[in-house]
Amino acid sequence: MWQTITSSLPELIAAGVKFTIPLALISFAFGLILAVITAVIKLTNPSGNLFIKSIWKVIQAIAYFYVWIFRSTPLLVQLFIIFFGLPSVGLEIPAFTAAVITFSLNTGAYASENIRAALLSIPRDQWEAAYTLGFNNRQTLFKIIFPQAIRIALPPLSNEFIGLIKDTSLASSITILEMFTVSQQIAAKNYQPLLMYGIVAVLYAILCSLLSLLQRYLEKRANRYIKRGDN
Amino acid sequence: MIEFEHVSKFYKERKALDDVSVEFPKSQTSVIVGPSGSGKSTLLRSIDLLVRPDQGKLKIDDLAVDFSKEISRKETFNIRRKSGMVFQNWNLFPHLTVLENITAAPINVLKEDKAKAIKRAYELLDLVDLRYTADQYPGQLSGGQQQRISICRALAMNPEYLLLDEPTSALDPELETQVLRILENIAKIEKDKGMVIVTHNMQFARLVADKIIFLEDGKILFDGPTEEFFNGDNQRIREFLSALSI
Repeated sequence: MWQTITSSLPELIAAGVKFTIPLALISFAFGLILAVITAVIKLTNPSGNLFIKSIWKVIQAIAYFYVWIFRSTPLLVQLFIIFFGLPSVGLEIPAFTAAVITFSLNTGAYASENIRAALLSIPRDQWEAAYTLGFNNRQTLFKIIFPQAIRIALPPLSNEFIGLIKDTSLASSITILEMFTVSQQIAAKNYQPLLMYGIVAVLYAILCSLLSLLQRYLEKRANRYIKRGDN
Repeated sequence: MIEFEHVSKFYKERKALDDVSVEFPKSQTSVIVGPSGSGKSTLLRSIDLLVRPDQGKLKIDDLAVDFSKEISRKETFNIRRKSGMVFQNWNLFPHLTVLENITAAPINVLKEDKAKAIKRAYELLDLVDLRYTADQYPGQLSGGQQQRISICRALAMNPEYLLLDEPTSALDPELETQVLRILENIAKIEKDKGMVIVTHNMQFARLVADKIIFLEDGKILFDGPTEEFFNGDNQRIREFLSALSI
């Protein structure tokens, strides 16, 4: 058993370093950008003439549709549509890129709701205090509101990221040689599926536990200005 | 001088301000008093455009806006640059230290040199005896200290008018005295600035006010010198003051 473990571990870890971790990191980074944009679009009510307001309504409708469609359909189906479905309309996307696109869009949809909720939880008073000091909307959002909202959004966003790490295993279904795919291949050769899937489960658990530790550290940093007992 | 001309503000059916015309002179302390829900805070917040009245005009020195028309971002910014607001619940930025709270606007809005902004922040902290709190976060301070910091934050922008919305109502009597002393001090030091204060504290009003505006149901019932307010024979004001045991 030990020999199987020691011989398969380097291959599994290499797959993790080469595909699982980059896939999760890149997708989460793009997802987060999408999430912030979507949340801000949903929360902004522009002043200005009727034309600008109408255009904005259309953009908001697109944002709502995007979040709805990606939260209402399974991630595996989304992955299949982008990798196997789009080539039928002439859009062929490499497997890794298709996975990044799918995971980013999916993460963006879920995380946008976390960010929206966090932004809404910041009291109106904070916006007003910034406005009276002469801050414009952008400065208020990025210098005053976001830094406070991050503290609130951090736990659900960490959850999203940990979920994403595990979801990357779905990429095995579109030929990406990530950790789970490699464990399947090794199990097919050595006929020890229980051991191989057990090892890969432990590797995912270690990765997620490390992220939980990172989350705890980040939360501690983000909460440094909060007095004990405050929310 | 801040001037409101025929200003009205509706909240659905209710008139928060009803054809109000009033002046708040520069270099004077004007105090707005009146029962709860009389429109005091609405009037004060209209100066800083945190509330947009539906009708009327606002003039601040050389600037003017008509509330019945669209107010541009630039106009809003210019109007807001004229005054500094101190809120009832302080509204300090909890994620920034005291020093960062005071320097954030001068650095980001006025694009002031950081060293200059910090120097001015320390001068203001000395004014309120809170230099030692510079590196602390607002959550580590008492209510009275936070209120004094919020006064510093408003003064850091060097406004021509200081607006205070019930600055002591969230404080216990001891802290209230501290803040009131600071405000008296500021009124003396910053003589060229106009101060507009909404308060329920009549002793404080009597002490600092050059003029008093009494509002009820969104209408001005009195606008005149402090002594006339306290010693006059207006029946409604007498009732109001006796209810507060003055």
